[in-house]
Amino acid sequence: MSKDRVQQKLTILADAAKYDVSCASSGSNRPNASKGIGSSVSCGICHSFTEDGRCVSLFKILMTNYCIYDCAYCINRRSNDRPRATFTVDEIVQLTIGFYRRNYIEGLFLSSGVIKSPDYTMERMVQVVRKLRLEEKFNGYIHMKTIPGASEELVSQAGLFADRLSVNIEIPTEPNLKKLAPEKNFPGIMTPMEQIRNSILTSKEERRKYRKAPTFAPAGQSTQLIVGATPETDRQIILLSSKLYQTQKLKRVYYSGYLPVNDYDKRLPAIDKPPLVRENRLYQSDWLMRFYRFRAEEILSDDQPFLDLEVDPKLGYALRNLHLYPIDVNTADYEMILRIPGVGVQSAQRIIQARRHRKLTFYHLKKIGVVLKRAKYFIKTNELPAALRSDLPPENLKRMLLAGSTSKRKKAQDTQLSLFANYQPALATLQLQH
Amino acid sequence: MPIFVYDNTFEGLLTCIFEAYSRKQFPNTIQPEGKQPENLFDDTIKIKSDSEKASRVWKGIQNKLSAKNKQLPYHAFLSEEEEIEIKILRFARRLFSEKENIETDFGDPDIMEIVQTSRKVKKEAMRMMQFVRFQQTKDGLYFCGIEPQYDVLPLVINHFQNRFADQNWLLYDLHRNYGAFWNKKTVEEVVLTSREMNRNTGQVSENVLNESDAFYQTLWKSYFENINIKERKNLRLQRQHMPRRFWKYLTEKQ
Ligand code: SF4
Repeated sequence: MSKDRVQQKLTILADAAKYDVSCASSGSNRPNASKGIGSSVSCGICHSFTEDGRCVSLFKILMTNYCIYDCAYCINRRSNDRPRATFTVDEIVQLTIGFYRRNYIEGLFLSSGVIKSPDYTMERMVQVVRKLRLEEKFNGYIHMKTIPGASEELVSQAGLFADRLSVNIEIPTEPNLKKLAPEKNFPGIMTPMEQIRNSILTSKEERRKYRKAPTFAPAGQSTQLIVGATPETDRQIILLSSKLYQTQKLKRVYYSGYLPVNDYDKRLPAIDKPPLVRENRLYQSDWLMRFYRFRAEEILSDDQPFLDLEVDPKLGYALRNLHLYPIDVNTADYEMILRIPGVGVQSAQRIIQARRHRKLTFYHLKKIGVVLKRAKYFIKTNELPAALRSDLPPENLKRMLLAGSTSKRKKAQDTQLSLFANYQPALATLQLQH
Repeated sequence: MPIFVYDNTFEGLLTCIFEAYSRKQFPNTIQPEGKQPENLFDDTIKIKSDSEKASRVWKGIQNKLSAKNKQLPYHAFLSEEEEIEIKILRFARRLFSEKENIETDFGDPDIMEIVQTSRKVKKEAMRMMQFVRFQQTKDGLYFCGIEPQYDVLPLVINHFQNRFADQNWLLYDLHRNYGAFWNKKTVEEVVLTSREMNRNTGQVSENVLNESDAFYQTLWKSYFENINIKERKNLRLQRQHMPRRFWKYLTEKQ
C-alpha cells in the first residue's frame, strides 16, 4: 500500500460514508472458531465516540464515492464536483484487519456509490467480504449495504458472509422518493428487503434442523430513513417503522436527520441545521415500540401527526392519558409499570422482582433507579397519597415537569441510548478464575 | 464485636466468611491488611487465606444464586470499595439463612448496593473492551497500558483471548501494576520493569514501536476526524459515553 495515497483515499471515503447513521454492531454471536482472528459479541461494542457524540463501532467506509446516480439528498451524487476515490479490495481488507488487531473497531461496515452497474458494484463488495472471511479467517462483525438493483444471486452471497445486511429506504414515501431519486423506486428497495427476510427465516429454520447449515445475515437486516428532507409526518414515519419491524422483521430502523448537503437543489427544504431534536424523539418512539410494548398508534394519534419536541413521547402519552394514572407499583402489571414516565426497562424489571419480597416505598424506588422527580406524579405506593394532581390540566403538569428537569446532569440528546442497556450477555461468559 | 483482617484477595474474603460461621463470631468490619493501624481496644483477628475453606463457601454461594448472578459477589468485590467486604458477608448470611432466593430483594440496601456495585464493575470491564488500544511493538507484541477504575483485568481476559487468539498481546493495568500476557496458548500474569513505555499514558516509546504501527495510528486518526459530522457537534454526548479519564490512552485522541 502506498501510504500517502491510502491515507488520501481514506479521508475521502470516510467523509463520504459518514452520512449513513446505522453503525451498531450488535446482534451477532460469531465465536472465533477457525483459530483465526476476531469474534462478535451479541451486545455490540462502541470503541470510540466522535465529537458529534456518535458511536464508532465499525470501520464505516465507502468502497467508492463515484456514483452514476443523482439522488438529490446525497453528497456523492454524480452532479457534485467533489474529490473522488476508489479503494481496491486488498486495501479495504488490510485496513480492516490492521484496525481490528489494534482493537479500534468491531468490524467493517461496507457501503458504496454505484459504479458501472449495481451488479458490478455489489460483486466487488462481495469480493471484499469473501476475502475477509475465507482468506483472512476474519470473524469480526461485517455489515454490508446492498446496492439497490443488485441481483438476487449477489445478495445471497453477501448474506453468507455478512452479519447484517441493510437496504436503505431513505425517503419514507414512494412519490417523494421518485421526486428526489428518480433513478430509484420502491420495488427496487422492497424486493431485496423481502429476499433477505426470507433467506434469514429459511436459514434459521434449517439451522434448527442441522446445526451446521450456513448462517444468513445472523444479525438481521436494518434500514435508514432520512427525516426532514421531505414533508412526511412523524406519524407516517412511525407507522412505516412499525410495519417494517412486523412484516419485514427488521432488527433496526435508523433515523437520520436531514443534513442540507446540496442546498442548491430546490427540491429540498431550505434548512440550516439538521432536525436533531425531532430525530431524537423518533428514536425514543422507536424504543417505545421495541422495548416498552407500545403500539405505533398509541404514540401518535390521527389528529396529532407530529411528536411534541418539548417532552419525550412516553411522557406525552402519559399526559394525554391521565385517567390511567397513578399506577400502583406494588400491584400493576409489567406493561403498566413500563408506562410510568421515569421508569426504564431495568427499573421496571427490578420493581416486579423486588415487590415479591416486600412492599415497595418511594425510598426503595429511588434505590432501584426510578427517576422520582418525574415518576412521582404518576405512581402510588402504600405509604403516601399519590402525588398526581389529576385535577391539574395536562398543560400545567407538563410545565411543572419541564421546570423540574433542568438538572445539571441533564443528559445530552442521544440516539444510541440503549447500546449498553443489554451489555450483560458479553459478560455472562466470563468466568471466575478460581 | 471483632474485626477481621484479611489479605485483600477474594479467596481471603471467602475464608473470612467461613471463619465467621465456624467460630460463630460475626465481625462488624472486615479490613484488608495494613489498611489502618490496629486499634488497641478492638479485638482484631487475622484470617489466613485458605483455598479449601474459600472454595466451600464459594460453592455454597453458587448453589444459592441464579445462573445470571453467579458472579455477583465477585464482581462487587473487584470494585475495591470501602466496606464492600462486610456487605458481601451480610449478603452471604441472608443467602444462607433463607430458603427463598433473596438476590432480587432490592428493598434490602445491602443487596441493592451489591447489585449496583457489580454493575459498575461490569460497566468498567465493558469500557476496557471498548477503549483498549493496542500498539504493536517491533517484536510483534500488541501492547496496551491502561488504568481501569476497578480491578477488572480478570473480567476481560476471556474476551481478548477469544478475539485475538492468533496474536501475542499484553494488557497492562498501570495503576495496579500488573498485566495479563497472552502467548497464544495461555495467559500469564506479569509485572513490567521495562522503561520502554510511558507509565502515565501507556504509550510505547518510539524505538520499540513497529513501523507499520505509526502508519495505522495515523490512518486511524484521520478516519476518526473524517467520520465526524460537524453540523451535529455534541461534545457533552461524546464525554458522556467516553469519559475523559480514558482520553490519554486513546490513539485517536493523541
Ligand atoms: S445511489 Fe447512493 S451514493 Fe449514489 S447518489 Fe444515490 S444515495 Fe448517493
